[in-house]
Amino acid sequence: MLNIEHLTHTYGTGAKAHLALKDITFAVEPGELVSIVGPSGCGKTTLLRTMAGLMRPTGGDLTFLGNEITSVPEGLAMVFQDYRGSLFPWLSVESNVRFPLKRLGLSKADLDARVSESLVAVGLTGFEDRFPFQLSGGMQQRVAIARALAYRPKILLMDEPFASVDAQTREDLEDLVLSVKKKFNMTILFVTHDIDESVYLADRVVVLSKPPTFVVTTLDIPLSDNRDQIETKEDPEFIRLRGEVARLIRHPKSDDVTIPVADVA
Amino acid sequence: MSAVATVPVRRGVTPKVTRGLIGVAVLLILAESVSRLGIIPGNILPPMSRVLLDTAGLIVDPEFLHDVGSTLTAWAIGLGIAILVAVPLGLVLGSFRIAYEASSAVVEFMRPIPSVALIPLAILVFGQGTDMKIALVVYASLWPIFFNTVYGVRDVDPVAKETARTFRLSRVGILARVSLPYAAPLAATGVRISAAIALIVTISAELLAGSASGIGSYILRISSGGGDTSLVFAGTIVAGLLGMLINFVLVAIERKIFAWKKEGVA
Ligand SMILES: Nc1ncnc2c1ncn2[C@@H]1O[C@H](COP(=O)(O)OP(=O)(O)O)[C@@H](O)[C@H]1O
Ligand SMILES: [Mg+2]
Repeated sequence: MLNIEHLTHTYGTGAKAHLALKDITFAVEPGELVSIVGPSGCGKTTLLRTMAGLMRPTGGDLTFLGNEITSVPEGLAMVFQDYRGSLFPWLSVESNVRFPLKRLGLSKADLDARVSESLVAVGLTGFEDRFPFQLSGGMQQRVAIARALAYRPKILLMDEPFASVDAQTREDLEDLVLSVKKKFNMTILFVTHDIDESVYLADRVVVLSKPPTFVVTTLDIPLSDNRDQIETKEDPEFIRLRGEVARLIRHPKSDDVTIPVADVA
Repeated sequence: MSAVATVPVRRGVTPKVTRGLIGVAVLLILAESVSRLGIIPGNILPPMSRVLLDTAGLIVDPEFLHDVGSTLTAWAIGLGIAILVAVPLGLVLGSFRIAYEASSAVVEFMRPIPSVALIPLAILVFGQGTDMKIALVVYASLWPIFFNTVYGVRDVDPVAKETARTFRLSRVGILARVSLPYAAPLAATGVRISAAIALIVTISAELLAGSASGIGSYILRISSGGGDTSLVFAGTIVAGLLGMLINFVLVAIERKIFAWKKEGVA
């Protein structure tokens, strides 16, 4: 569905050139939740922005549904880490969710149905008329997620969406992601620097190295589909996997994968 | 959550208004005494009690109200045109750095020209009537609205624009649906500043051009030929009150429509 092959990106030129992404190859298949985990500053945001068509990488092939990504493709939505900036402060919760739908030429009934269904899915019924400034950070991010859901994207990109909320809220929001994924059978690419989060959420984890960044490996996460914040995280398999991811990030070369060949489907 | 802010604000406003009223009363009593005691002759500073009576009379005088209407018409049309020109211009020039830089030489030359200095030119071109007043008001009002819109647009959160881009809004769509609402509070402040300037400019133009009607013309008519000082004062007071009223109304409107612009709750 989403194919990234030998993506590289260098910021700047000449003496100031900074090789942010050295060689990134991976793919996302329909219905999967793939998480990308890597240390801060390794180029995760850069990677997501190139996939969203917000910027062109300096090298590599990116395709979405078979088409080369040259600008923001149809059928893609993004949830940003900075929910404060991403929500429109002059619009109510409901109007924020409605914002991207105007362009789609839906009937009034369809529009209303999508908006209310999305708000129900994120647990924000009763908050339709609030304004962003009247909501906590976690609720604001729920609005951003509802807005993305209402847009019905084929793929949802999430860039460290829960990095600025407290731990309890964060767990709730992680479970929200799992529940909407199931409910809407969504394809999600989830970027995080948090190893536990990457393993807890994902069907597959793409592990990135420190810069200059390459894909250390892609790890299948064979945990049950019904994940639970307490039980899953106690599961010896979870503990083994998170340990492995941590080791891979820290010592990519000690593993057998030095040449970044990932499972391209 | 939202109700919290109103209580302390109310508590703060009332003493402020009271103190203001006390200040005004003290000034009036002082002026009245100075005049009554003959410290300043009555034809220069008439007793305030008379001025206030004349002011009350003026507010219901149909002839004077016609003048007020004439001033307000030129003011409103001029301000309206200025908004229609300055906001879109500010939006576009604020969004595209190259366009702004290309226009900045012209802008920097025109901005420092005081609009009052343009009155003779405006009279030559537009005559003494409403057109001349409108033209001057447009010119004077343009700048605060334009610059505030530019600053407002520059202040738009880049994440908001990027969000709109991921939803595939066009450039024009982003301008209209993200940049414009984001810049609106600052642009509105510009409008309020311009509204005050526009009133000053309208009345100045009426005074200098000897227009047929307007608050400025009224003051000019009354004051010429050793006129009634008290009525001149009264006309001036009405002009001041009008400015205050306009400001009050605009602030109230801004409070209402930009209620979302509250700083970080949560
Ligand atoms: N616009 C830019 N210009 C120059 N360097 C940038 C720019 N954006 C990001 N970088 C650099 O690229 C690297 C990767 O950044 P980023 O993609 O934000 O990483 P991450 O999201 O993993 O923290 C960092 O070293 C950052 O300083
Ligand atoms: Mg980042």
